[in-house]
Amino acid sequence: MGELGKPANIFTALVLVIFALTPIVAPALDESFYVIVFARFMIWGIAAVSLNLIMGYGGLISFGHAVYLGIGAYTVGILAFHGVTSAWIQWPLAIGVSGLVALVFGAISLRTKGVYFIMITLALAQMIYFLSVSAERYGSDDGLSILARSEFGVSFFSLNDKTTMYYTIFVFLLASVFVSWRLVNSRFGTVMRAAKSNDTRVQSIGVGTYRYRLTAFVIAGMMCGIAGLLQANLESFVSPDMMSWHRSGELIFMVVLGGMSTLFGPVTGAFVFLMLSEILAGLTIHWHIIFGPFLVLVVIFARGGIAGLLTRRADRD
Amino acid sequence: MTDALEAQGLIKAFGGLTATDNLSLSVAPGEIHAVIGPNGAGKTTLVNLLSGMMRPDAGRILFNGGDITRMAAPARVKAGLARSYQITSIFRDFTVLENVMLSVQARQGHSFRFWKPVSRDTSLMDPARELLAQVGLGDRVDMRAGDLAYGEQRQLEIAISLATEPSFLLLDEPMAGMGPEESQKMIAFLRALKGDYTMLLIEHDMDAVFVLADRITVLVYGKVIASGAPEEIRNDPAVREAYLGDDDTEHENGEGPADA
Repeated sequence: MGELGKPANIFTALVLVIFALTPIVAPALDESFYVIVFARFMIWGIAAVSLNLIMGYGGLISFGHAVYLGIGAYTVGILAFHGVTSAWIQWPLAIGVSGLVALVFGAISLRTKGVYFIMITLALAQMIYFLSVSAERYGSDDGLSILARSEFGVSFFSLNDKTTMYYTIFVFLLASVFVSWRLVNSRFGTVMRAAKSNDTRVQSIGVGTYRYRLTAFVIAGMMCGIAGLLQANLESFVSPDMMSWHRSGELIFMVVLGGMSTLFGPVTGAFVFLMLSEILAGLTIHWHIIFGPFLVLVVIFARGGIAGLLTRRADRD
Repeated sequence: MTDALEAQGLIKAFGGLTATDNLSLSVAPGEIHAVIGPNGAGKTTLVNLLSGMMRPDAGRILFNGGDITRMAAPARVKAGLARSYQITSIFRDFTVLENVMLSVQARQGHSFRFWKPVSRDTSLMDPARELLAQVGLGDRVDMRAGDLAYGEQRQLEIAISLATEPSFLLLDEPMAGMGPEESQKMIAFLRALKGDYTMLLIEHDMDAVFVLADRITVLVYGKVIASGAPEEIRNDPAVREAYLGDDDTEHENGEGPADA
């Protein structure tokens, strides 16, 4: 069976086609609502892809990754609040601040391993979370409305147009996967993957792994910052909730659900995770009672997530 | 002539246990220096100290005359001091080729190259293939390293170290866990490397030691109890008592050096 014919890849292709066609198909079916829903899914997809870069390929389980969503979004929100709406200022700054915070947080947390790493990333992220809660000027925990979306100063490209907004996110999603693919297979990515499986051995062939991990951590932070700035623009709203530890936990689940260290796993993982929570939430307000055990079962029985499950099935046939 | 490697008064204690107790030894360029000793003699601790995976509590380590006591492990490798592991330490999910390519990559300098796929990088693949052919794994390059036979994994273990182009090899029981046939192959392989590399060989296998070594140091409870040429060691009463023990062992080793 060819690479493209594998069930995991067919499923990925299906999700991508759904994403690609929604703005065309949904209005025709009178379900325009789905355009914004899927746009949201894709933003989570970008965030999950960025987490997968360090967690799936680097073995770094960051329990505070959503903080970069918040930082990217708040950078846009706060700049807009002060009247700076140019995307040419907002976006580089949002990415830059995310990278800078990731540099500081990574430099601290990467000195630890295992459970300590998880706890420190969580604690550092909570610091920023509480900072945003206490920032009265920017709405505290009520959040901050953004009155104007990022402006590119050209007539043919405006994020106020729903379709433009949607496809901008779509392109960023594809770009995040493409960048991951190049990174993972480069010399840099090889060191990262090797350090995940056997850190001491990498040291004993003459490579200090710390700076490679730190660099990966910063790249992932910046990528997640992009998801954040897109989210701020999509929702015209930012709030501390975007970077609460629940969100970080959900990101981890999306990656695990889709399949760690697979390129498109986080994208399908985000899709299935969010789709299921939408559907279940529509059925009952106690949907967490169903969703929770489902996630537990996935972790126990479908190691390797959706990608792993579909691949194993295919190998048996 | 400056020694390739010299340890001076190394001490390393873990709680109440002194694993390395005022240990000194020197390895001349080009020689194979074996370190033997019963279980718990502190052999692996010694490798960890020399390779920089652990810091000694006291003492100095000189490499080609330069003090490397405080040097981090990766920097020692760059200086030409490579090690292999007693417990096979390879990248199991990488292919055999990728395992060695990573060492070649490390040798070439930093790995902050983010875009070009390594699978199209002939400057990594060609030297890796060449080395694998040399160590006899030429027809295994595309196999997953974890799927190799045990003996082949041990060969790969050493190939990974060789690919860093060291001048000095620290070999921690390269024959560990091997059957007699595999051991013979490994001995022949190491003998072929002799002359090109200076080696410190930690080994349990007495046959191998007496065949390969130019000098032998005997370690008991972290202390050197004897050091010298194989013949001296064989006839040293203290060594016989502490380690070689009964006549059986001696008899077995009797035929070893004859064809060395």
